[in-house]
Amino acid sequence: MKTLMTGNEAVARGAYEAGCTVAAAYPGTPSTEILENMANYKEIYSEWSTNEKVALEVVCGASIGGARALAAMKHVGLNVAADPMFTIAYEGVNGGLIIVSADDPGCHSSQNEQDNRFYAPFAKIAMVEPADSQECKDFVKFAFELSEKFDTPVLFRITTRVCHSKGLVELGERVEAGIKEYKKNRKYVMIPAMARERHVIVEEKLIALEEYSNNCPLNRIEWGDKRIGIITSGISYQHAREVFGDQASYLKIGLSYPLPDKMIKKFAAAVEKVYVIEENDPYLEKHVKSLGIECIGKDFIPICNELSPGIIRKALLQAQKQEGYSIEQKAPSRPPVLCAGCPHRGVYYTLSKYKDVVVTGDIGCYTLGMVPPIGVTDTVICMGAGISAGIGMEKVFAKTGRKGKVFGCIGDSTFFHSGITGLIDAVYNKSNIAICILDNRITAMTGHQENPGTGKTLMGEDTVIVEIEKIVKAVGIKEENIRIITPYNLAETEQAVKEAYEATEPFVIISKQPCALIKEVQKQRENTYCIIDREKCKKCKACMKIGCPAIAFKDDRLTIDKDMCNGCTLCQQVCKFEAIVKVGE
Amino acid sequence: MTRSILLVGVGGQGTILTSKILSEGLVKLGYDVKMSEIHGMAQRGGSVTTQVRFGEKLYSPSIGQEEADVLVAFEKVEAVRWLSWLKKGGTLIVNDYEIYSLPVLTGAEKYPEDIVEALKEKVDNIKVLNATGIAKDLGNSKAQNIVLLGALIKVLNLDEIDWVELVKEYVPPKVHQLNVKAFNAGMSV
Repeated sequence: MKTLMTGNEAVARGAYEAGCTVAAAYPGTPSTEILENMANYKEIYSEWSTNEKVALEVVCGASIGGARALAAMKHVGLNVAADPMFTIAYEGVNGGLIIVSADDPGCHSSQNEQDNRFYAPFAKIAMVEPADSQECKDFVKFAFELSEKFDTPVLFRITTRVCHSKGLVELGERVEAGIKEYKKNRKYVMIPAMARERHVIVEEKLIALEEYSNNCPLNRIEWGDKRIGIITSGISYQHAREVFGDQASYLKIGLSYPLPDKMIKKFAAAVEKVYVIEENDPYLEKHVKSLGIECIGKDFIPICNELSPGIIRKALLQAQKQEGYSIEQKAPSRPPVLCAGCPHRGVYYTLSKYKDVVVTGDIGCYTLGMVPPIGVTDTVICMGAGISAGIGMEKVFAKTGRKGKVFGCIGDSTFFHSGITGLIDAVYNKSNIAICILDNRITAMTGHQENPGTGKTLMGEDTVIVEIEKIVKAVGIKEENIRIITPYNLAETEQAVKEAYEATEPFVIISKQPCALIKEVQKQRENTYCIIDREKCKKCKACMKIGCPAIAFKDDRLTIDKDMCNGCTLCQQVCKFEAIVKVGE
Repeated sequence: MTRSILLVGVGGQGTILTSKILSEGLVKLGYDVKMSEIHGMAQRGGSVTTQVRFGEKLYSPSIGQEEADVLVAFEKVEAVRWLSWLKKGGTLIVNDYEIYSLPVLTGAEKYPEDIVEALKEKVDNIKVLNATGIAKDLGNSKAQNIVLLGALIKVLNLDEIDWVELVKEYVPPKVHQLNVKAFNAGMSV
């Protein structure tokens, strides 16, 4: 039976069919749905780990324990998990081990466009690259076998367009792989003496893998017109086929580390001209050139942004842009914004009134604190930097005597992910930073996943709620320097921010209010909304300064969209003329 | 023959569900289908696009500029934003409905006037309907996406399968009737 599936669904399905028994991940677009789907297969123990490093370590342990195991993450997540990856590469596996890296060419939802294919040669592990949903499923099965056969973890590299595109997939049955016996083995204890020994073995394995790569069914030649030979992998293969059809021959690479040198040479020798078509960095191209083969690639195909058939057509066929439709009117921008009733708004609005504060932000919905009219956020780097980069800035400002406070803002899930270490650093190194932990009781941006603060696991079980307040106290923030606030209450928020601003020791504000989009929250607040009393309204537009998408100035009057509004009353609290009323309670 | 449908709208308008139903229907009709969506940050009130391609055998899921056979705009300004994706001679379906983005709400940018008139002047094959209004009259504006699905199926001339039954599979039972009416209303525009 053939079913429409996204690449992410197909990865989960592949793991299920291949007898995988343990899977772990931290949510991150475009990888999140892999584990969400994995949790539907009860044969697989699936967990949201606190971060990607933990996820991969859990999976390393599961593999050593004898199970087929898979860790999934977005590309920047693999930076966090790089530490265990580089060492498990030396240790090898017991049960097959797959590391899924979901890259995001075009930065649809990411802070950079890194090309994680380079991690495979860097960490010296095998890599596969599926090009559609069917291959996602098939390659997972293949990768588990490869991992066990060559005693290596396998990097499973996909991209947004593979993760989030649906295609037809032929389903199969689960074949139990069993759990291998665990035997104590020195190779799992990576002390220096063992590392020196294992490095030699890793290099030997790579030679064997390269030999295998030339005969691997994942690498295949599709002969067409031999005037053009295209070397390509992943989604770029699909774009290339779309553009060139049978007017070219293809070397489609599925096992992309180690690369099949003999096959590449044979292919190049049989065609007149070699094109290398790949998204982002010249990973394949550099290798092809290192074999002494002339080829055309990044001289014409852009390194930046996502590829598409149109871009390839323009780059390699010099296709003239056809004349399309256009009209005079220009579309105004539509950036993502904090939702109506978003609990983050209260804290950000309050901070925006201090013109000398610096806000070091973090990764999540609350990154949108940078959007006008609030626009308070000064920096966003990576998960956790909301606190730690703030410490660095504060230390510099202390030297220069710059006035104004540094506020580090971080969400609940990000705090668990890598904010706690920064918090300890702030205490230990006597930072004068103020930290706002914006606890909206869910991992929101990626689509509402459970986290250690929610009391539920990925598999739907009840569990302990890890309390942020207790952590904050335990690491040494003094009781008098902690405020727990409801961000819908502006007076309370203002008071806490004022005290934080004036504090001379590390200070923590925990803003507690569930995300407005959580289903139960939406239900509770469904019938509450604010309205503007037209007679009292002086059209001062103070309510528009909170940047709520439900408030509009249309036809010379202010209105609140009652379908969007959830009655958070922030606008009511900023109105000096008592022109806004909450109704429906 | 391969056909490419681009659906554009604003987060929360139901473009993704529409694309899902469309894709499943196309599979039932025996086509090879690829559907691609971009979400993530876009959920937070941003512009959302989904792409559906179908034919005998497909490779790329992506639709580029001047490549869409049909462009379905769930919101007027989104029709303007994505107009250059429409192939010359292709069909444009526009929901005559405005959603102001934050820069428009705050007055930093202007919502353009006379969009529909300008589009009608340039695009030969254009269908303008107030899907949101139609859905609202039927009971809930949220069914706007199913009204637009109906209009799209009509344009694609793909009525060999029972789309109404398919729609029912994707919406909760309590809103079956509303969505069936919405679909039929879209078909008959």
